[in-house]
Amino acid sequence: MSDVKKFLYVNRKPPHGTIYALESLEVVLIGAAFEQDVALAFLDDGVFQLVKGWNTEELGSKNFQPAYTALGDYDIQKVYVEKESLEERGLSEDDLLEMTYEDEDDDWAEKSSIRIVSREEMAQIMRDSDVILSF
Amino acid sequence: MKLGIVVLEGPYQHEASDTAYNFAVAALEKGHEVFRVFFYHDGVNNATRLMVPPQDDRHIQKRWSELAEKHNLDLVVCVAAAQRRGILDEDEQGRHGKDANNIAPGFRISGLGQLIEAGIQCDRLVFFGD
Repeated sequence: MSDVKKFLYVNRKPPHGTIYALESLEVVLIGAAFEQDVALAFLDDGVFQLVKGWNTEELGSKNFQPAYTALGDYDIQKVYVEKESLEERGLSEDDLLEMTYEDEDDDWAEKSSIRIVSREEMAQIMRDSDVILSF
Repeated sequence: MKLGIVVLEGPYQHEASDTAYNFAVAALEKGHEVFRVFFYHDGVNNATRLMVPPQDDRHIQKRWSELAEKHNLDLVVCVAAAQRRGILDEDEQGRHGKDANNIAPGFRISGLGQLIEAGIQCDRLVFFGD
């Protein structure tokens, strides 16, 4: 068996109100050092984590949204966002942050990490993963 | 089967810790190996020895500590999550100049790498949370 496993971080909760999103991101950042095959999934209220333009000033909490756009620097290339979850909340891909990575197989071209997938495709992505970390 | 267990919720507030405990007991009875139990988010609060539940209720921390002693389990509390919530061992107490520590027997404080390692090593990594 290969030493590399497919890790899928599943984000289901909104960015504010609870600490789940922030601490999930901390796991992703630490996990990036382990050279596994990493993907992120955003579904349910978790899609709000990627809606651009957070302002946390009046919440009095740290705005950690820039960390999402830095994930490309941690070689995270696959960010799956569930289409139905977006639609149910009146959102579309245009509302989301730009998330990119540099493709080493394509002369380091900058490419979008975000892949909008259907609920059915998301289920298949979960089936194909070895380790699912659900936050 | 080699199992990793992840507890994401605090004791008493949420049933996740009870379910994780029952799962661990059942898995051990069936002869499975529990490679590690990792406590994250408010799950780190399972590790305080200062909890004093009513006498006619279960003692969630003691239950974990006793299970760990009996089966030589590795109970790991995430350091970053623990610091935020005031869960300290003697080392952390010294490092941060605090006047007390509260970690219970059988638990140890370590980093998130221990969670990722459990994911790599285990046949299944099972999350108990909200």
